[in-house]
Amino acid sequence: MEIASNVFLIIGGLFYLLGGLGILRMPDTFNRIQAGTKATTLGAFALLIGVGFANPEWVLKVFLIILFITVSNPIGSSALAKATYLSGYRPENLVQDDLKELLGGEDNGTN
Amino acid sequence: MKYVATFLVLFASYVLLAGLHVQELVVGSIVSLMLTVLIANMVDYKVDFKLPIRLLVFIFVYVPVFVYQLVLANLDVARRVLSPKIPLNPGFVKIKTDLKGDFAKLTLANSITLTPGTLSIDVDGDDMYIHTVDVKGKSPEENKKNISSLFEKILGVVFK
Amino acid sequence: MIDIIVFGLVGLGLLLAIFRLLIGPNTQDRVVSLDTINVIVIGVIALLARAFNNSLYLDIAIVYAILAFLETVVFARYLEGRKHGNS
Repeated sequence: MEIASNVFLIIGGLFYLLGGLGILRMPDTFNRIQAGTKATTLGAFALLIGVGFANPEWVLKVFLIILFITVSNPIGSSALAKATYLSGYRPENLVQDDLKELLGGEDNGTN
Repeated sequence: MKYVATFLVLFASYVLLAGLHVQELVVGSIVSLMLTVLIANMVDYKVDFKLPIRLLVFIFVYVPVFVYQLVLANLDVARRVLSPKIPLNPGFVKIKTDLKGDFAKLTLANSITLTPGTLSIDVDGDDMYIHTVDVKGKSPEENKKNISSLFEKILGVVFK
Repeated sequence: MIDIIVFGLVGLGLLLAIFRLLIGPNTQDRVVSLDTINVIVIGVIALLARAFNNSLYLDIAIVYAILAFLETVVFARYLEGRKHGNS
């Protein structure tokens, strides 16, 4: 039990580190949203499972936090991505842009 | 039926957070009752006799596939971050979904966000708009096959 | 020992995200890194619950998760009405 808890805690820490690294190194905002969301969701997953293994009577509450994070984190990043698009930001060397027909292409000439 | 299910979910989460005491049970049932009256008309899920089967499919098929895809996505992010020159070919693509109902669409959008290289941005009716790191297909059908066909198959069974 | 390793890894990730918060070229980047920092802080609070062996911290983590989600959505609404470039 102790060993499983430690393994999950270290995996969670590594993925949090990957999230920070991804947010620092990715070249444009949408890629940063992707890297940050994916890595921190799995990091929180593994770390909270590790905490649950350490104290088995906390399992229900830990499960509730995991459920909430897996639902709310992608929704938040979706909202952020849409707001970023609406504020006029476009990534470089964009190949295809289907979103223009829905949200309007009010590109204020910055890209 | 819908009211009973909503009440039970709210009550269970209250008890889970507050702990099992008599006074908490009383207050929790009152609060859950009030909330049920307020929000039961806004939720749209069907409660019928096949619910246990669909729940089993959700837990034993959807959740393992989801976790597997999440781990794959993270390995993909790690490969992208650690390679010295980051290969990119980004674009916003549109795909069509066959799923009906808000909850099914929310689950599909969340699944797409947590799979490798994709981020769902907006849902408009049956169309979903997705940012992908690497645009492969040319037509919406090809993109749909690449991005969401796996989850749509599973969620089509779960949400009838 | 395990505490030192795990807190070190998480703290390093937090530091990198804060670095992006400081240098971010525009407002969107700062909000994105703030979102990441929030999720990392939830993990830190859960780790504190384990380190102090006190389940009250988990309640704090739940409340923090809800508030962080609200904060992200409010910032997104704020960004929608704002033009790119002027941070």
